[in-house]
Amino acid sequence: MNAIIVSGLLGVIMMFSGIVLKNRSAITNLAAIGLLLLLIANILGTYGICTISINTHNMLRFEKFGMFFNSIAFAATLLYVLLSGRDLERTGVNTGEYYALIFFVLCGVSILSSFNGLLMLFLGIEILSIPLYILTGADKRNLRSNEASLKYFLMGSFSTGIMLMGITLIYGATGYFDLGHSPVVPSTGEQRATFLEVAGILLLFASMCFKVSAAPFHFWTPDVYDGAPSVFTSFMATVVKASGFIAFVRLFDRHGNELGPGPTWSLLLGFVIIATLLVGNITAVFQQSVKRMLAYSSIAQAGFMLFALYGNNDLAKEGILLYSVAYCLATIGIFAILIRMNDYTFDGFNGLAKTQPVLAITNTVFLLSLAGIPLTAGFFAKYYMLASAVKAGASLWLVIVAVIFAAVSVYYYFRVIQAMYFKDGDPATAPIGTGFKAMLILMAALIILFGIFPSMVLGAFYF
Amino acid sequence: MIPVLLISIPLVTGLVGFFLKEGATARGWALLSSLITLAVAIAGVFFYPRHQLNFDAAWLPDLGSRLTLQMDGMGKMLCLLTAISFPVIFIATYKNNYKNPGSFYALMLLSQAGLTGVFTAGDALLFYFFWELALIPVYFLCSLWGGEKRIAVTFKFFIYTFIGSLLMLTGILYVYFHTPDHSFSMQSFYHTQLEPGKASLAFWLFFLAFAIKMPVFPFHTWQPDTYEQSPTAVTMVLSGIMVKMGVFAVIRWLLPVFPDASTSFADIIIILSVIGMLYASLIAIRQDDIKRLIAYSSIAHIGLMSAAIFTHNATGLEGVMVQMFNHGINVIGLWIVADTIEQQLGTRKFSELGGLAQKAPALAILLVVMALANIALPLTNAFVGEFLMFNGLFQYNLWMAAIAGISVILAAAYTLNMVQKILYGSTTAVTANAGDLRPNVQWILVLLALLVIVLGIYPQPLIDLAKDTVAAVLGK
Repeated sequence: MNAIIVSGLLGVIMMFSGIVLKNRSAITNLAAIGLLLLLIANILGTYGICTISINTHNMLRFEKFGMFFNSIAFAATLLYVLLSGRDLERTGVNTGEYYALIFFVLCGVSILSSFNGLLMLFLGIEILSIPLYILTGADKRNLRSNEASLKYFLMGSFSTGIMLMGITLIYGATGYFDLGHSPVVPSTGEQRATFLEVAGILLLFASMCFKVSAAPFHFWTPDVYDGAPSVFTSFMATVVKASGFIAFVRLFDRHGNELGPGPTWSLLLGFVIIATLLVGNITAVFQQSVKRMLAYSSIAQAGFMLFALYGNNDLAKEGILLYSVAYCLATIGIFAILIRMNDYTFDGFNGLAKTQPVLAITNTVFLLSLAGIPLTAGFFAKYYMLASAVKAGASLWLVIVAVIFAAVSVYYYFRVIQAMYFKDGDPATAPIGTGFKAMLILMAALIILFGIFPSMVLGAFYF
Repeated sequence: MIPVLLISIPLVTGLVGFFLKEGATARGWALLSSLITLAVAIAGVFFYPRHQLNFDAAWLPDLGSRLTLQMDGMGKMLCLLTAISFPVIFIATYKNNYKNPGSFYALMLLSQAGLTGVFTAGDALLFYFFWELALIPVYFLCSLWGGEKRIAVTFKFFIYTFIGSLLMLTGILYVYFHTPDHSFSMQSFYHTQLEPGKASLAFWLFFLAFAIKMPVFPFHTWQPDTYEQSPTAVTMVLSGIMVKMGVFAVIRWLLPVFPDASTSFADIIIILSVIGMLYASLIAIRQDDIKRLIAYSSIAHIGLMSAAIFTHNATGLEGVMVQMFNHGINVIGLWIVADTIEQQLGTRKFSELGGLAQKAPALAILLVVMALANIALPLTNAFVGEFLMFNGLFQYNLWMAAIAGISVILAAAYTLNMVQKILYGSTTAVTANAGDLRPNVQWILVLLALLVIVLGIYPQPLIDLAKDTVAAVLGK
């Protein structure tokens, strides 16, 4: 409860901060302090100290998994603000409002990590999405930003409509705003979903796929990620995406067999996973712009995260948390560097190792982590995903297809490394301060640390 | 503690090496580090009791993976090979100049750490870690300091081997979930019973990774290009030690884990290996470039090893292990000669070389010794290994042995052809003013030549080292 209330309050405070604070960097500092407070409040809440408790009539359920994810999301946002806060100030004049919207998104994140029932899920998704539509269009004078915003808004509303339709059908069929209440067949004693409920679950599934940009509902992702100001793309592609997955996993936790007897659920998921990996990886190979490549790579990474749904066991839950950490750290870092580059194409990175060695080496660590090379957190993230699927009895062929796509992803991640190290050029960058470099080094060090001892992340989850 | 030292010395000194800017300092630092490692390795292999060679510590308790390092006979042999090779490489290429020497030597040392890790890992997940870690420094070494086409060629090499290792990871995961105690330890892997159909699939997942690394025909296409484009010091690491990773891994992680599958697929693999031997030998005859010739000759030699492994008899396996060590020594010797010629004369083409025997008598003598070892003439070290391997192959199938035997003749043809074109005939415009070997190269080659002859006359220590591993692999 702490997280929801504090993030909402902080959002309101940030909204009016512009009236008092005229200096933009003061607003950024305020936001960073706010995030730190939010993080502390959430950690205290996790261990039951100083908890604000309100009777939510079982609409929200606070459990370790979700609370721990909150901490990850808030910490990632804090890192993001510390790294890219200066760039965020440059996006437009309404710095305070941007931060307010970010805090509202975090409020949505905290609801998604604790919803207990479809109504709160819907509310969380909406609180999360609406600020994002605005942030996407933050660069008001830029037509591409406007286009992206409108596209995101239209597509997003459409998927929300589908989700509502699904919820309605489920409610109509079972009388509950929750999964797992299918009527019992008297002869066998098993629960068996009716046609209406199955249709509702499918609609719900499709709309969640949309939110996490899984194929074939991914079409908005590249355009929106590419058109949005890069600072906000970074936030959308990391914290928001990971929280979508947390909601997805919590929603279908131990459910899915309602769809029908036998392998229907795993067949459906298997199709979505392979389609997502295929679309994300193959399209990323052909991109010329690093930003657009990252958009497709985020689709590809979503394909791997979907294995958490497929596995649907303890390993999967631990794995999705680790994946969130690894993916957020790496992607926030890469975007922070990308924002400072004047040229977003692969060639724009040529020779970066000579002019900015620190940026190049940390960027290499981030890219290696995304590619899933051992000694980086990304390896164990992928490892847990695959292991959870194998443990759940997935066909080895599904895993083999996934690892082959992981090898494809090496191709486009390494193109950036090749440009930085093996090609000559004189890349122009915005001025880079020592604090920025220190933050990047810290994040790279964390990635390597978690790559050797993943239990440092997961241990905190159990503690 | 010995394996920990063998890994951590190059690892730590390598990381320090990144901060060294001066060429001479970096070179000296790398040489010093590798000599210390060599001293530790010699002490460990010959003087320390067995329990000193094992190390075990908790790493990932919830995953069932431990930091287990161990050195059995085969591990000792390959650690020794690694430890000998690096100082040899550093001394032989001491005069070569690299841009960013600090990073170059640092990456070399890191690859040494990774290789030693592969040879000592007693835990499947740890093995996978080191398997990848050995690859990453080599990727950067080839891409930064290689020849003209280095970026594309090295990328192909990287993706090729990365696909292999990911497939192996899938296989490791699959076996892991069928181990009785959900553990990655080697012993649990050895005691796992898999149902036959699934075992075959997992077998191929492992084998593909190793086959790409060795390389076995038809997965060899990355190899000649990579050897040619890499800086020669790195090529020595690649062909002297890194290809042994594949051979080693088959013996350590494939035969004992999938005994039934490896018997039932033995025919296919031996046929592929024999095809690879003949194919590579035939191509080697047509080469005009020293580096490419040695690369193809290396494929042929590895082909014999992979065929002999799958014969499943003690003679063949002993031969493979002895030959792993000997091939490392011989091929590094050949690369040193190739590097000297390239550094001095600026070309590697036979068509531009000739008559070097008059100009460089020391080089001529040493090259001939190395060349004879490459042909596996009696009294050279390679003879012992090849004899045992052919013997094993002969016990397995007469026809296979006969066909594979043709490659010995072909080896003589291309190697002697190389010797003739480099050393004899009249001098050309390029070789007219050639000088003899530099002292550092000369003494290193003399040392290697001595090893070739001594181990050719008295191979017993190597065979003894191999015995316990052979018994363990076949005993299962």
